[in-house]
Amino acid sequence: MSVLVNKNSRVIVQGFTGKEGTFHAGQMIEYGTQVVGGVTPGKGGQTHLERPVFNTVEEAVREVQADTSVIFVPPPFAADAIMEAAEAGIRVIICITEGIPVQDMVKVKAFLADKDCRLVGPNCPGVITPDEAKCGIMPGFIHRKGHIGIVSRSGTLTYEAVDQVTRAGMGQSTCIGIGGDPIPGTTTKEAVELLMNDPETHGIIMIGEIGGNMEAEAAHWIKEHGTKPVVGFIAGQTAPKGRKMGHAGAIVGGKDDTAQAKMQIMQDCGITVVKNPAQIGATMKKVMEALSSKV
Amino acid sequence: MGVEKQRQSCHKIKDQSMNLHEYQGKELLKRFGVAIQEGILAETVEEAVAAYRKLKEETGTEAVVIKAQIHAGGRGKGGGVKLARTEDEVREYAGQILGMMLKTPQTPGGMEGPGKLVRKILVAEDAYRPDFDACDEFYMSVLMDRASQRNVIIYSTEGGMEIEKVAEETPHLVHKEYVHPTLGLQAFQARKIAFNLGLSGTAFKEMVRFVSKLYQAFVDSDASLFEINPTLKTADDRIVAVDCKVVLDDNALYRHKDLAEWRDLDEEDSAEVEAKQYGLNFINLDGNVGCMVNGAGLAMATMDLIKLSGGEPANFLDVGGTADAERVEKALRIILKDEKVKVILINIFGGIVRCDRVANGIVQAYKNLGGIDVPIVARLQGTNADIAKKIIDESGLAVHSAIELQEAADLVAELLKQQEA
Repeated sequence: MSVLVNKNSRVIVQGFTGKEGTFHAGQMIEYGTQVVGGVTPGKGGQTHLERPVFNTVEEAVREVQADTSVIFVPPPFAADAIMEAAEAGIRVIICITEGIPVQDMVKVKAFLADKDCRLVGPNCPGVITPDEAKCGIMPGFIHRKGHIGIVSRSGTLTYEAVDQVTRAGMGQSTCIGIGGDPIPGTTTKEAVELLMNDPETHGIIMIGEIGGNMEAEAAHWIKEHGTKPVVGFIAGQTAPKGRKMGHAGAIVGGKDDTAQAKMQIMQDCGITVVKNPAQIGATMKKVMEALSSKV
Repeated sequence: MGVEKQRQSCHKIKDQSMNLHEYQGKELLKRFGVAIQEGILAETVEEAVAAYRKLKEETGTEAVVIKAQIHAGGRGKGGGVKLARTEDEVREYAGQILGMMLKTPQTPGGMEGPGKLVRKILVAEDAYRPDFDACDEFYMSVLMDRASQRNVIIYSTEGGMEIEKVAEETPHLVHKEYVHPTLGLQAFQARKIAFNLGLSGTAFKEMVRFVSKLYQAFVDSDASLFEINPTLKTADDRIVAVDCKVVLDDNALYRHKDLAEWRDLDEEDSAEVEAKQYGLNFINLDGNVGCMVNGAGLAMATMDLIKLSGGEPANFLDVGGTADAERVEKALRIILKDEKVKVILINIFGGIVRCDRVANGIVQAYKNLGGIDVPIVARLQGTNADIAKKIIDESGLAVHSAIELQEAADLVAELLKQQEA
């Protein structure tokens, strides 16, 4: 099993022939991801990275049965690309693009409301199921197949957590980078829920940031429905109030969305909270060992 | 999430949003047909006097309000807003306000801080005429609500004061109207707002018009915050924006080139502006440990780690995806400008970025800068981390290398202790 992407995923890249698209599609293919083609409007009929280029996503779905799309389209055109993928019947849409106007995403979310698909991102590193499919920009080599699911709003901090988990002798089931934008396609709670329902996932690491109420929402859900241990970290304990730290979503606004408040809520909901970002992997290992010694 | 939080979240945003001055915000509103308190910008006392004469002639106003134009609220509290009834008073107050260091609760350090230099003033008509006592002040703002992922109009009969207090003490007086993401503000919603503000007759019609145009302006300018406080109902039933805070979405400025030109770099931290030119995302803080990290989330986590090591972060600095020699050098230069910095922690997780390249960048930057007397801890992890460590260790420079994050934290703690001793 695993969630969202696996070795059977038929992946296309939107923005396939662009600089970013070309580089990362190449990396994805090298990792072993089943990339079946790509889309660049106006370049349909060409071959790129030994794979067919299509003018529209609809064509890619029809011709090569694509069911997953990774989007590298520049910000002014990214909202349109997401909607095109959804309309064409792509089930998992992963948008890497950073810098999409917020009002564009307000419209995208409304457009997706009645579509049977899942959007991950934008402004995210993507989704990886180790040894099966890498759909994004994360470095593949730090991952190892295993049973820890990871959900995170950040890029390099996710890699840090993955690396710590691998070094602690464990591996990952699926890592979901939900992105740092104010309007994410998939929320922390939704990603946690996916992993909670995945038989391959035995433990979950949830990495959040200051700003918004996504982690609190996920924590309350875990308290009600959680069946697996969860380790949590919130970045931005030292972030000054009212200053934004690079991610449009990471703003310390009020008393409930500070790192301290979020960590308290998570703790109250039964999540093992880590204060030290260097101890995420080690803590997960301890929690898993405690669990197995109980059985 | 309460109004207070949403408001604070928005109006203090730096970085990916752009704050406008009151005069710019009003100009934007006027373009969309929103009625505003008319005014003329002045940078000298003479210009202020000329503005006063012109306003008197064109609008018939007797008095004018002199308003300091800085990016901070609460300007009246520090003496940045004054009513002038005569030409002599205009001269006097314009002279006082232009060039003053204006302290408000929102300027850096608050009322105890150094304040912000006032370079421009807005000379504005008396919006409260003909009858001050017959005016009503309302509160109105438009922003994107994260929870519902929709735009929301927040409004209240309690205008002219701090909405945080209103929300806290009398939450029933703060109303919210959520707007459909694709269909926009409907007529019944605009009517509901006007009714809830207790209006009837001409004022009711004017408010419906005001709200509709205001919402259109918000969407069409890709704003992330509009706050009109007070929104005024005059004795003769006009609805007028007397003050306004406007924050625009940086990500959308590519389609608003005219608005992008309104950015006032004088209002932004000079180090932050410089960093931005080099593609670095930098925020100045008060601590003693400088840091340079790739990725915003990891940067925040690194700051947390610094705190756990007994230090205080001196900055937030995200070097982005390409941590090459040139960027590393620029970033080091910016960090070193801060004399409070006792230790620098470089934390790079190399994925696509190769750590050996970053290590070479650090060594080269170190040499180019010629004698950095602040100890540096370089933690390079990921692609080619081992080679990177070797490069640093063999460089003979006073750079301490680490691979694991905890190792780096321990080094920072040790170096801070050494300096205290």
